[in-house]
Parts: sequence; structure tokens; C-alpha cells
Amino acid sequence: MKNTNIDNSKNTGSAGIKRRSFVKLFGGGILFIFNPFAGLDLFSSPAEQGRTLTKDYNAFLRIASDGTVTCYTGKIEMGQGIITSLPQMMADELDVPLNKIKMVMGDTDLCPYDAGTWGSLSTQVFGPAMRAAAAEAKAVLTEMASTRLKVPADRLQVKDGVVSDIKNPSVRVSYGQLAQGRKLEKYLDVKPQVEDYTKFVYTTKPLKRHDAVEKVTGKAKYAGDLRLPGMVFARILRPPSHGAKLESVDVSGAEQVKGTQVVRDGDFIAVLNENQERASEAIVKIKAEYSFNELKVNDKTLFDRMVGADSRSSVVRTSGDLEAGFRESDRIFESEFRDPYVAHAPIETHTALASYDGDKVTVWAATQTPFGLQDGIVRELGLPLEKVRVITPYVGGGFGGKNAFQQGIEAAKLAILSRKPVMVVWTREEEFFYDNFHPAGVIRVRSGIDKNGLIKLWDYNIYYSGTRGSETIYDVPHVRATSYSQNMNAVQIHPFSTGPWRAPNNNTNTFARESQIDIMASAAGIDPLEFRLRNLKDEKMIECLKAVADKFGYTPSKTPGGRGIGIACGHDANTWVAAIAEVRVDKSTGRVQVLRVACSQDMGLCVNPQGALLQMEGCITMGLGYALTEEIQFEGGVIKNKNFDTYEIPRFSWVPKIECVILDRKDKPPTGGGEPAIILIGALLANAIHDATGARMYQMPFTRKRVLEALKKV
Amino acid sequence: MEEKIGFYLNGKKTEILTDPSQTLLSVLRNQLGLTGTKFGCGTGFCGACTVLIDNEPVRSCTVPVSDASGKRVITIEGLSKNGKLHPLQQAFVDHDAFQCGYCTPGMIMTALGLLLKNPSPTREQIIEGLDENLCRCGAHVRIIDAVLEAGTKMRGGK
Repeated sequence: MKNTNIDNSKNTGSAGIKRRSFVKLFGGGILFIFNPFAGLDLFSSPAEQGRTLTKDYNAFLRIASDGTVTCYTGKIEMGQGIITSLPQMMADELDVPLNKIKMVMGDTDLCPYDAGTWGSLSTQVFGPAMRAAAAEAKAVLTEMASTRLKVPADRLQVKDGVVSDIKNPSVRVSYGQLAQGRKLEKYLDVKPQVEDYTKFVYTTKPLKRHDAVEKVTGKAKYAGDLRLPGMVFARILRPPSHGAKLESVDVSGAEQVKGTQVVRDGDFIAVLNENQERASEAIVKIKAEYSFNELKVNDKTLFDRMVGADSRSSVVRTSGDLEAGFRESDRIFESEFRDPYVAHAPIETHTALASYDGDKVTVWAATQTPFGLQDGIVRELGLPLEKVRVITPYVGGGFGGKNAFQQGIEAAKLAILSRKPVMVVWTREEEFFYDNFHPAGVIRVRSGIDKNGLIKLWDYNIYYSGTRGSETIYDVPHVRATSYSQNMNAVQIHPFSTGPWRAPNNNTNTFARESQIDIMASAAGIDPLEFRLRNLKDEKMIECLKAVADKFGYTPSKTPGGRGIGIACGHDANTWVAAIAEVRVDKSTGRVQVLRVACSQDMGLCVNPQGALLQMEGCITMGLGYALTEEIQFEGGVIKNKNFDTYEIPRFSWVPKIECVILDRKDKPPTGGGEPAIILIGALLANAIHDATGARMYQMPFTRKRVLEALKKV
Repeated sequence: MEEKIGFYLNGKKTEILTDPSQTLLSVLRNQLGLTGTKFGCGTGFCGACTVLIDNEPVRSCTVPVSDASGKRVITIEGLSKNGKLHPLQQAFVDHDAFQCGYCTPGMIMTALGLLLKNPSPTREQIIEGLDENLCRCGAHVRIIDAVLEAGTKMRGGK
């Protein structure tokens, strides 16, 4: 996966703040400082996805004299709900009322370094560490209370932030009182442990969102809602295509628009105006000429180009012997699956406000990576780290797209050049043009089954779309997975930048794997659920499938059976997930209507079942888009999709009845919830379409045109 | 050229000096400080900027402010009264009918326009009424449930 905007190897800057005196920054009270990533070995390492995490003490809990507990975290809230689930965990461990907990998120001056909010890591990695730290903090506070009350610690109890003597409850002191007049730093070495969660008051209880009232009244502030005195709006001159180079420019027309200031730094040209619409008026008056050196490729020729390219190949995993697998197989199946570029398309476009006081720049940005943006500004604008502050207000959707932070650098640069507060709000067209798309790719699979319907061979080849989710998951003796990626010396394959898109790569891989499984089941004349169960040894996967079959009320049938029912399963972010869908296909128009989706998930301990349900429903709904309509159309470096008329995302009329089951796993550590369910939707619908019509979909999305074409081949 | 334009904004008589060709969205957000109404696409496709003019939902990003002249404009900020949430707002809270919340003001205003016209919509009518409003987080099923419930409450049901 090419990822132009994130390079964590250089991200040592912010992490290097180390043991400065934190109390100076935060004023009085008791500050608990810990390293949330110390116990990472308990979980799968994010490092395998090329992500590095800081190794120092860097997370804080602060107890103030009024008893308020503040958690400072570099993570941000973009709709995934950690603003609710993180305090839930903390309230239980510290024994304080939930309303005493405040979250300060994504402020680089106040919060500890964090590589970014992504990968469904907040609850599964940060959460347990924070819980463990809170438990230790409680022990420390109890010790302090013991000294103060002259009562042995083992005779003390804590309830609602008050420590008291079990034998004489009137002998008591609150956390707030313990913090009064103190300036104390405590370093905690924490190792998250799996505990008995049943004793908890808040954790595992469905809770409503903490940000709800602000969001329904219009009071919640997103980056674009902030205003500063003297603020100007910017519009930036954009090339017509990726790879175009500015040759000549005439800005005189723009300068004639009332109140417009033109700012130029090399090829970077912007107009500033106190009036947002005048800035838009001015930008189109700039006359610019470009030279073009684009790749000769478009959304149709891309896939053959990928397969035929001079690529770097690496074997991702191998077991057994493919030749033996071939011999042991009774039937061999070869398929090629294709997945195009897909846009993140959050409703809030990339937005940032920057202010420069001649010394320090402050940027309020819609970003998933406040510290990445801080480092980006340091790198691109040459400011010292301590002269750059990034603050993250509410973020209007991210999905991986706001890991990229170009707009924040643009705002900072313009604020410095103009010495005015500058607001940059990307238009929808800019949002599509500069998106770091989900990478397009091709998957070629050669697989084989024996006479009993057991899979003996799995030769899996990934071209340019990435390996996450490429595990076979089935019990196959002879396996090889090979990834073909950009060869440094060869012609560039992706014509523009790509990056993580909700469950990166896994949507592509699960589409290919689960479609291929269905193809084999159908050919063998075995019910697709039975075929999966016959070839699985993974208990979690088996239980998920059984749970979803139960929820759906599934009855076995060979496919295609005309019912329009499809199955898919897989795992992502250490969470196991399975789904069954029912669709109706209009054979005259090719339109696919999804009627029902049932989905089951094993996500270990579910901290906030309500929040987890929202994420599952969101995944299923958002997944309808990449499966049915979403596709970037391009010619060379020109992105043809400019707005939601040519890039269709899911609508109310598409949404099926959704039924979710979260398996009860209170004894297991929590795993990711923001992404897993979305991985299934491509294969789920492809398999349902096949069951309905006998037509097999090999290329996403399943547009009406593609469905009609596939129907012709039946 | 700037002109004086007057309208009733959230029940309050409002008069401003503005270029009448500016969009209502821009005037609301940048001149009147009501940033609850959101920019999403600039072309009326997404519905994040929806407000009511004389109880009719309009895409404020495509409507010149002059269209509001002399009329009653209601934005998301005008719904709660004396700190009490409007039944639609309360239903969105109760149903967790959003995630990132960015499309929420436009959803609520579109739904309000729908309920004012049709106080007892069926599920299908709600889907049809909201179909031009986009939500990327996928809160759709909850939004439908919230609007159904709000309709019942607004009719005086329990």
C-alpha cells in the first residue's frame, strides 16, 4: 500500500517530549502518567502494518481538586464513539461517577503523542492500558488516603470517588480532597490484564453518546465552525489533473475581486478574502496553463496493467506444497477479482483553520492524526516542534481519509504568509481530487477441492491492493499467498495517492476469498454454510457462522437456489465476523436491493454494546456503497468524479433490515469494532446475487450495468 | 452590491446588509454566526445545509439569501426552546441516530419539513423524504426510527 501522507518512521518529533514536567503544563492536582503501549504484546502488533508507537510514558490522567478526572489522549472523536467508551472503562476502574470524567482529545500541546486514530485500536489497545492505569491510580490514591486517614489501606473502600473506612464510613476523604493543594506526578508501570468484567458498573453497559446533545442542536464545533477575528477564507489554485505542472499563471483577474489578496509561494497560489464566496469567485478568475505528463491509464485499463506489470513479488504466507495440493484436488477453480479505487467521501470535507502570532502557529483541523499534522507542518514549513500546536475539534467522519492532512499544512502556510487567521475548507471536488483512495487491485485465486468438498489447494495472488485480510482462514493443507506490489524501477501503477480506507485491503481480500469459497461450494453442490463449516477449524469463525445462521433463520440449500441469500465471513482488527444477506435482483434493470442483513461478531469483551452496534450497522450500511456503486473514474491524472451525483454513496432507500449479534465474550480482551463488519459486504452481496440469478460478480462495484452483463453469461 | 434584506430567523426579525446573490448558507454561517447548518457538497446533493424557508426544506448552499426575503427561516439552532430539545432532537439522541454528527442538522431539518407536511408518515414515506440526504457513517436505520418516534410524539402520542 502506497501511503504518501503518513511516514511514521520520521514521527519521532512529538514522541520525544519525554519526561518534561507535566505538572507545569496542567496546573495543580495529581497527574498519573503511564505508557499505554507497554503491554502491546498481549495484542497483535500494529507495527506489522508499518505503524510505530511510542515507547515512553505519555498518557495522562489528572485528578483535580474538585474531583474531576481528566483523560488527555491524542486520539480523536470522529463518530466512532470513544468519547463515550473510554470514560466508561475509566469510571469503573477509578470508582468515580461517569459525569466526573472529562476527555481532552487531539490537542498536541495538552495531550500525549499518539500516532493516529485508526485501525480499530482505541478500544482494544489504548483502552485496556488506560483501564490498568486507572486501577493503579486508584491504588495510589487509596495509599494516599490511608496515610491521611491513618487507616490501613486494606480497610479502605472507594465509592463514587470517595475513600472511606469500611468500619467507620464517616472517616472519609474524596479524590478531590486528596488532590487539593498538590502538584504531584506519579509514573505508573501498567500491564493490561484480562479481568472479570462482570463486576463493572459502566463497562459492558449500553450507553448513549456523550456528544449527543451538542450534535443535535448544532452546537458541536467542527473545524469549519470556528471563527477568529480578522479571519479570511482561502481558495487554492488546483491543477486539472494529478501530474500536471503549472507553466504560466495570470492572477490579475482574481485581484480585481473586491477584498481579495493573492498569496503565492512558488506553484502554490491562493486567494484570501474575508468573504467566503468572493474567495470562490476570485479563484476561478486566475488563468493558469499547465503541461501534462500523465500516466496513460484509466479505470478500465488499470486492471490488466496491474497484472501485466513488472512487479515486486513477495510470498506473504506459505504452507504445504502447491503441486501436492493440485494432485489432491478433484476440481480446480481459477478466478480473477477486481476492485477499483474508492473514495472516503466524509460529509465534512478536509477543513482547517490556522492562526500565526509571529512565533507559533495554531491549527484547528479535521484530522485523524493531529500529531502527524504537527510533524507535517514542522517538516514542510520548517518551524520548531514546540511552535506548532494542532487542536482537533469534532471530526465529521474520517474512515481513514483524514489520516492525510494536506489542508492543515495549507492553512498553516497561508496563515504564516498572510499573517491572518486563515480558514481552508476544501470543496467537494477538491475532496475527491486529493483523497488518498482505497487502492484498486486485482486478486487471482487458484483453488481446488477433493471429492468430499474439502479444500486442498489455495494459491492466492494479490496485485497492488495490499495484504490485510488475506489469510486463508479455512483449514487448507497447501497454501501460498503472494503479493505483487510496486517495483521501484518500473512504471508507477497507482496514478495518485492511495491510503487506508475503513478496514484497509480487507474489503478486497474478503470479497475475493469468500466469493471463491462460494464458487467452489456451488460447483460441489454443497450448501455454502455447510461448505464453510466443513472446511473450518477456527472455533471463533465457526461460532460466528452458527450464531448468524441462527439469527437469520437460515435453512440450507444448494446455490444458485433462486432465494437471493448469500453468506460471508472473515476477521479484521482481531474481531471475527460473519453475515448472511438476502437480496432481490431486478433482472431487467440489474438493480440489486438488499432486503436483510444479519451479522454476528466476536469482539472479545464489548465495552459499550450500544456503540458497537452502531459501528456494525454503520459498517454494513457503508459497505453497500463499495459493493454496489462506489468507483473512482479517471483518465490519466484526471479524476472524473467531482461530486455525489457521479459518486453515489448509500441512501436511505438502499438500507436493508439489519440484525446484529455480538457474542458474549466477557472473559476475553476487547478487540476492534470500527471496521470488521464492513469487510464482508462485497462477497456477501456477490454471493447473494449469484444465489438469486446464477450470475457471478467478479468486479466491484456491482453496478446495474455489470449485473446485466453478468446475467448475460448465465 | 449590498442590499438590506430582512427575514424572520428562528422566530426573530432579522435585517442584514448583504450581497443578495450570496447563498443563504454563507450568510447564516459567516454573517449571522449560525454554524449549525453545514457545508457538505456545495451543489445541493448531500443535504447537510438544509434549513426551512416557510416550513419548506431547502438546500441553503444553492439558494441566494434574497430568496429568504420576508420569509420565515428556521435553522437547527431554532428548534430547542428554553433548553428543552425539540421532539426530533430528543428522538435523535434517544436512538443514537448519528455518529460523526455532521449530517445531523440537515437530517433533522429535512425530517421536520417532512413532519410538518405529513404528521404521520409511514416508514416508506420517511425513507422517501430523506433519500436525498446523505449520511456517510451509516446511521440510516436509526434515523428512520427516530423520525417515526418523533412523529408520534409531535402528534401528542406517547
